[in-house]
Amino acid sequence: MMKELPLIIIENVDYIYPNGTAALKNISLTIHKGEMIAIMGKNGAGKTTLIRTLNGLIRPTAGDIFINYENINMKSIAELSQKVGLIFQNPSHQLFANSVEDEIKFSLKNLYQDNEELQLKTDDVLKSFNLEKYRERSPLNLSGGESKKLAVASIMCRDPEILVFDEPTLGQDANEIESFITLIDREKRKEKTVIIITHNIEFAFEFIPRTILMAEGQIIADGPTHNILNSIFLTERSSLVLPQTRQLSLALSKEGFQELTNITSRHEITEYLMKILENKISKIKEE
Amino acid sequence: MDLVRFEGFSFRYKGNEVYALDDINLRIEENKFILLCGETGSGKTTLIRCMNGLIPQFYSGFYKGKVFVHGMDTINTSISNLSTEVGIVFQNPENQLIAMNVEHEIAFGLENLGVPPKEISKRIQESASLTEIEHILDKAPFELSGGEQQRVAIASILVLKPKFLILDEPTALLDPYMAKKIITLLKEIQLDRNLSVMISEHRLDLVIPFAEEIILMKNGRIIEHNSRDNVLNGLKFQNLKLNKPVIYTIFKELRKRNLIKGNIPASIPAALDLIKKSQHE
Repeated sequence: MMKELPLIIIENVDYIYPNGTAALKNISLTIHKGEMIAIMGKNGAGKTTLIRTLNGLIRPTAGDIFINYENINMKSIAELSQKVGLIFQNPSHQLFANSVEDEIKFSLKNLYQDNEELQLKTDDVLKSFNLEKYRERSPLNLSGGESKKLAVASIMCRDPEILVFDEPTLGQDANEIESFITLIDREKRKEKTVIIITHNIEFAFEFIPRTILMAEGQIIADGPTHNILNSIFLTERSSLVLPQTRQLSLALSKEGFQELTNITSRHEITEYLMKILENKISKIKEE
Repeated sequence: MDLVRFEGFSFRYKGNEVYALDDINLRIEENKFILLCGETGSGKTTLIRCMNGLIPQFYSGFYKGKVFVHGMDTINTSISNLSTEVGIVFQNPENQLIAMNVEHEIAFGLENLGVPPKEISKRIQESASLTEIEHILDKAPFELSGGEQQRVAIASILVLKPKFLILDEPTALLDPYMAKKIITLLKEIQLDRNLSVMISEHRLDLVIPFAEEIILMKNGRIIEHNSRDNVLNGLKFQNLKLNKPVIYTIFKELRKRNLIKGNIPASIPAALDLIKKSQHE
């Protein structure tokens, strides 16, 4: 069977800021439809710059980007934002209307010319994101969690094929992270492509299958999240820390137990600890 | 004397019907490392704003009860006086940095308090050395990385020699390595200067290993304030929707299966000790 062509192809992309700082250096990358990807790395590695090239907010100084086999260099931001929905880290950077209802209407305006249809769709979005009660409120008077929800709704209501989130779990409690996971699961079932910039190691480790690791404007690793985050070399190079499951496995190996180098879940290490505690596993080297 | 004392304090913001803080009674003692946690919207930031008089002096609203900082009533003591007792680093350090370069930024608070120039430069050196920013003193705040900005914000508060240092989500914008470095630095500062540090944080796995006390908030109320181990092993912590450390969930499961006894460990070394101890029993 022929493998489907990638949805996004990034070829030898550079971006140099006007002051001469190179933010992206020769980035090449392919992403398939329906993939869920984490972009990780230290502050200033180029993660946000990279995702901004996807909807034209930043135009590469060299190289090409193709979405659905079309070179996006000549496409307008308006055209691209129908395909690529970018949800910023700070919702206040993308909310500007006078009311929650107007914010959603603005997003939908290009898709629904008929006023009645536009109103019906707006009502539908407000309902499905549980924002109906804030309909008339100014986005400025929403709490942090609510404004984040509105920012997500205003992008997702246009049903873009590619969803890009910048630090979606930042400042969120477990409840909100759970709702976010439900949301991206739903989108994944619809074959949407989801790209997430995150510093949240445990979240990426448990929920995101593929990770792209960046350092100093370059991709230094691209592969299964478990392989990347379990690597001492890669996490150190990119200012990350090892997941707690791997830290525990390393600590156990220093005590003489076999080291689990590629743990894929907390259940795996729990079972390993159970065996140790039930004395079903003995040390491979004695102290 | 308590560093901070809340006596039946409630507060609601102007235009809001719900009280953001509801009947708060709290005592903060000297030389403690405290984690403040709760679900989003539980009142953590509002509680912090009460600790240097920003509430009720700056944020308008309705309040009842009292808050004392080192015995001074926050209603009638100026915010600048309270700031020498309680230093607060807010969520986004970028918003807090205003001067042309880092050195001026750190000096700003002291100049306003009329501290002599010689004393100012001595204190700048001390704070810069403690936060490891001596090499960037001549840089402009916008030239700094997130981690550097955070350390400058901490240095410019430390220079005022507060007895109580409060940080509202200090690691939110930092990568995991820098976040760990900042929390470790705060613990060192606490021990070095014998001050109290309180951190409001969603990344619990970072702060729990260092915390001596934990304050839990829910719906504007303090539902528990106790030693770290008592809180971690209690039902209130278990029932709150917080980002609990992975080792917490693993060891809770092992305890449920009667494979370990005693407290759930707060750090990886403590987890290892517990495994060794349980194996020998």
